[in-house]
Amino acid sequence: MTSASPGRLSWPALAGVVVLAALAPLIFTDFFVSVILTKSLWLGVAAASLIFLSAYGGMVSLAQVGIYGVAGMAYANLVLADGGSAAEWAPWLATLAALLIATAVGLAFGAIAARSVGIYFLMITLAFSVLVYYFFSQVTQLSGFGGVNNVALPSLVGEPGQDPTRLYYTTLVVAILVFVGLRYVSRTAFGLALQGVRDEPARLRALGFDVTLHRILAFGLAAFVAAIAGVLSVWYNRRITPGSIELNQTIDVLIIAVVGGLYRLEGAWVGALTYALIDNYSREWTPTVGDILGPERFNTILGVVFLVIVLLSPGGLVGLWERGPEFFEKRRRGPPGAVATPSPAGAAGDGPN
Amino acid sequence: MPRGSGWSKRRIALALVGAAVVVWLLVKGSEDWQTFAVVTLNGLTLAALFFVVASGFTLIFGLMRVVNMAHGSLYLLGGYLALEMQDAWFKEETAGLNLSLSGTGGTEYDLISWVVPLLLATAIIGVIGVLMQQVFLRWNQGQDLRQALITIALSVIFADQMLAAFGGISKDIKTPSNWPESITLPGDVTFGFFRGVVVFGAAVLVGVGLWWLIARTRFGKIVRAGVDDRDMVSALGINVQLVFAAAFFLGAMLAGLGGVLGGTMISLAPGEDTSFLLNSLIVVIIGGMGSLGGAAIGALALGLVDAYADVYLVFGDTDLTNYSILVTFGLLVAVLAVRPLGLFGRPA
Repeated sequence: MTSASPGRLSWPALAGVVVLAALAPLIFTDFFVSVILTKSLWLGVAAASLIFLSAYGGMVSLAQVGIYGVAGMAYANLVLADGGSAAEWAPWLATLAALLIATAVGLAFGAIAARSVGIYFLMITLAFSVLVYYFFSQVTQLSGFGGVNNVALPSLVGEPGQDPTRLYYTTLVVAILVFVGLRYVSRTAFGLALQGVRDEPARLRALGFDVTLHRILAFGLAAFVAAIAGVLSVWYNRRITPGSIELNQTIDVLIIAVVGGLYRLEGAWVGALTYALIDNYSREWTPTVGDILGPERFNTILGVVFLVIVLLSPGGLVGLWERGPEFFEKRRRGPPGAVATPSPAGAAGDGPN
Repeated sequence: MPRGSGWSKRRIALALVGAAVVVWLLVKGSEDWQTFAVVTLNGLTLAALFFVVASGFTLIFGLMRVVNMAHGSLYLLGGYLALEMQDAWFKEETAGLNLSLSGTGGTEYDLISWVVPLLLATAIIGVIGVLMQQVFLRWNQGQDLRQALITIALSVIFADQMLAAFGGISKDIKTPSNWPESITLPGDVTFGFFRGVVVFGAAVLVGVGLWWLIARTRFGKIVRAGVDDRDMVSALGINVQLVFAAAFFLGAMLAGLGGVLGGTMISLAPGEDTSFLLNSLIVVIIGGMGSLGGAAIGALALGLVDAYADVYLVFGDTDLTNYSILVTFGLLVAVLAVRPLGLFGRPA
């Protein structure tokens, strides 16, 4: 794959989207702003951490929900809440601590997984994520018996239950910062080296780059972003349970990233919005067909959408959007599916690992 | 990758940790060796079940480089199918006030009522596996990430449909009524008959059968050659697609068989699919993807570590058994630190 796909960005288009998002609370109902938009924004941040690793580092990680669970649990345990250890720290201090803890855990995960590539990496990170879930469901001192509830929030976001706009704007600003920040990183020397590691690890190693270290640091950065999503999810839900970080959630974030498109950061929020819309409205229009289909069968619909996207467009919705004008160019570069797999050269280069 | 000194230091540290664990187990075991024997047997039978399931997973990966993320779903579906058959065909409420002493609610199950569902469910899961491979995976050969995503999507759909069809309540498959509850081993150690004899025996049979199939038959020869060089095997005029379908049938079948065994030994409930996908993943990550011997070693390690950590993680007054999952994680980390491709793994 060339540097073309994650490269270009239309700044006017981005500005338009941001202005629209800023005006959203004036246009839509509180319900829509909270349940669709705010949720899409923080889910998008979680998916962005996955897409960053995939697009720039060539690593599809399923550990992001595990890391976001660590951050969410850490935050919920450090502030005043029902259940858990309820340490009564100030919310901002707890946020900082949660981000640090989760990033440290992420760096540790990265140190173990970064020597593996491709499908091995996917499996190892999946194991991490599920282990985090089992850990919190076993250790009730940290997760409470019915989760950690009524978590105290920083005064900045006010009372989301009564007025969701403050939390919405907070989440929006964070999401924009994450997006711009990750794009900035991809332009730095580190980001460029990371893309080199993605495409030609053997050559980068020959040039004297520490390939494994680049992978670990990228994983740590993605862990930091996932941790932000974890804290935001607790601000949004005001609670966290082990059930909210189980395999389903891991797969949901993966689905969001894949549906949006694994090769463009914007895809994270496109996918998250699609997900939130399906999540909410599929229950209303889904016809009931025996036990197979019905308002309860949201996951079946999601699974089918995911399957169709994976089968038809490996670049996700963003990829589909770009398909038209770029079709011929892509032809020359090879089938779109080839982008999804690590190139044989890359795999061979990692042989001597 | 640092070789040389870094490696040996790491190995020494791990060997020390391993030695400490063994000493700790010996100390604990000598306090009450009967409990120790039962815990060890628990670990071994758990390992047996893990091996049956994971051997199918590793077989499919070894030959086709397909990571079948729906393997756990096939496991659970196998169990549910067997349960449905047993309920539909063999559950005859003996009418009247028949207060049975066997505690099976007045229903007698004979050997047939367990074996027939086992065989049928296993075969059906095999067929489902082949269908999955033919419809969704065959035309994506070589795109391992995409294939993994496809099987993840299928597992989401499977999980939701199974929840709709079989409900969220934990169920189990009944053993034949005339089988003993438990067996007594030398030294007055009593242990569950089904766990100790049937599951363990099945795992040994599966292990020996697979070894024979892989090492002694023409099919096995082709599979081994295919693991090394698919293109060459294909170029020699062997119908690789047929071999792939057969391997997928076999691999899926083993998941189904594991589901019936697990559904009788433990239980069937939503979430068991995740649990057995994770177990299979850990087993093959430890043992090395695609290696049957590795799967056996990995299953043994995981089963024993699980069993010991659930019981012996007590230090004086502090009970750390809640944290037993960390020991499993530690096992994974320790193996990956020394061998990133698992104990018997080879670069793809």
